[in-house]
Amino acid sequence: MFSDFDFDVIQRSLPYLFKEGMTFTLTITFTAMSAGIVFGTLLALMRLSPFRPLATVAGAYVNLIRSLPLVLVIFWFYFLVPWIGQWITGAERPVLVGPYLSSFITFTLFEAAFYCEIMRAGIQSIPRNQVAAGYALGLTYGQTMRTVVLPQAFRNMLPILLTQTIVLFQDTSLVYVLSISDFLGAAAKVAQRDGRLVEMYLFVAVVYFIMSYGASYYVKRLQTRLAVPR
Amino acid sequence: MHYHWNWGIFFEMSPEGTGTYLETFVWGFGWTVATSLSAWIMALVLGCIVGVLRTTSSPWVVRIANGYVELFRNIPLIVQMFLWYFVLPELVPVGIGDWLKQLPDAAFYNAVIALGFFTSARVAEQVRAGIQSIPRGQRAAATALGLTGLQTYRYVLVPMALRIIVPPLTSEFMNVVKNSAVGLTIGLVELTGRARAMQEFSFQVFEAFTAATLAYVLITISIVLLMRWLERRVAIPGFIARAGAAH
Repeated sequence: MFSDFDFDVIQRSLPYLFKEGMTFTLTITFTAMSAGIVFGTLLALMRLSPFRPLATVAGAYVNLIRSLPLVLVIFWFYFLVPWIGQWITGAERPVLVGPYLSSFITFTLFEAAFYCEIMRAGIQSIPRNQVAAGYALGLTYGQTMRTVVLPQAFRNMLPILLTQTIVLFQDTSLVYVLSISDFLGAAAKVAQRDGRLVEMYLFVAVVYFIMSYGASYYVKRLQTRLAVPR
Repeated sequence: MHYHWNWGIFFEMSPEGTGTYLETFVWGFGWTVATSLSAWIMALVLGCIVGVLRTTSSPWVVRIANGYVELFRNIPLIVQMFLWYFVLPELVPVGIGDWLKQLPDAAFYNAVIALGFFTSARVAEQVRAGIQSIPRGQRAAATALGLTGLQTYRYVLVPMALRIIVPPLTSEFMNVVKNSAVGLTIGLVELTGRARAMQEFSFQVFEAFTAATLAYVLITISIVLLMRWLERRVAIPGFIARAGAAH
């Protein structure tokens, strides 16, 4: 079974797999996380806004994105972003974007919908009198949110935000459908070139497992440490 | 340059020779539904078993069941599909491996198995949480009535837990449908794969993806309505009514 298992192919491709593949995977993960949390928080504030149209638009966006498969969304943005680019810049023809930039945009906007729901729950978990107290102190809406509500919401939701990021980290492997050399894409290229599918895919699975498991173990410890006695 | 819309494209013949583009979409819809439902049934059965094992009093059983959940939760679905589809046939004896590779609709079976195991880990997590949320007195009462361990689970704990976890199961059900699109990477011609194929043959990108999007939204709405009905039917009298069930 493992008699003709070729460990050498893994060793030979290690620099490529990690320097190129894993670097891309981690870059897109952290970019989509940071930008996704910012956009997600804005979306959450929109959804909770007393101004109806704003809440409706944000709600429709979040619900639509959450009911579509990520693979389909990746294709959507891959073909749509060039046309949007043309529309914004007023160019003659669709702007050339390429799979790399388009995948960054896709994951940011896709994850924003999920981070939005987490932040919304976080904001709603803050007692209403705190907002009233903020206003009573003469703070504006923006100040109340920035200095009172959001810091607490963020802190309460940190473990869930990080868990969502682990899901995001695993989901980035789907950029495979755009033939991008992320960690899985790089391994798949080596696997097909050398005819070593078994070794490469098992190795990929082990690496993803160790990283995700390690990260979720860390989140679990963080969760017990962060738990605020109320 | 402007995008050239052509909604009539759906009634033109697809170059695959299997009918119009619309017909290929109907087939894709069928494969998506078939894959999702099969994987969902598999996930429910396995998830219930593993979830129950995680609440037993034997530390080794709990450890193994926890390991099962961690294994299927921490590897991306697409990698799991590749393992079942490309790697497994190479690891089993040659005869079985060849049989696996020549199986008709191999992509479908592999997608169902991969998706079933992947989702079962999530269901197991919900089932465990559901069982642990049941007041401890119920288990004690079952024991006092003379029920065996198995009977306690069969007649008291599992039926209660399943009724409690209907809302989180709804979102897992929707996840199965969405995740079935990953099957296109191993050659399953489901909805997203169909949209992709139509885009490649006809260059009518946005018509193809719009059709797929509408189909997914339709499935999502059906699931939400079905599960809402189920949630009302199986709500446990005396428990705090779920606010979500009302609207």
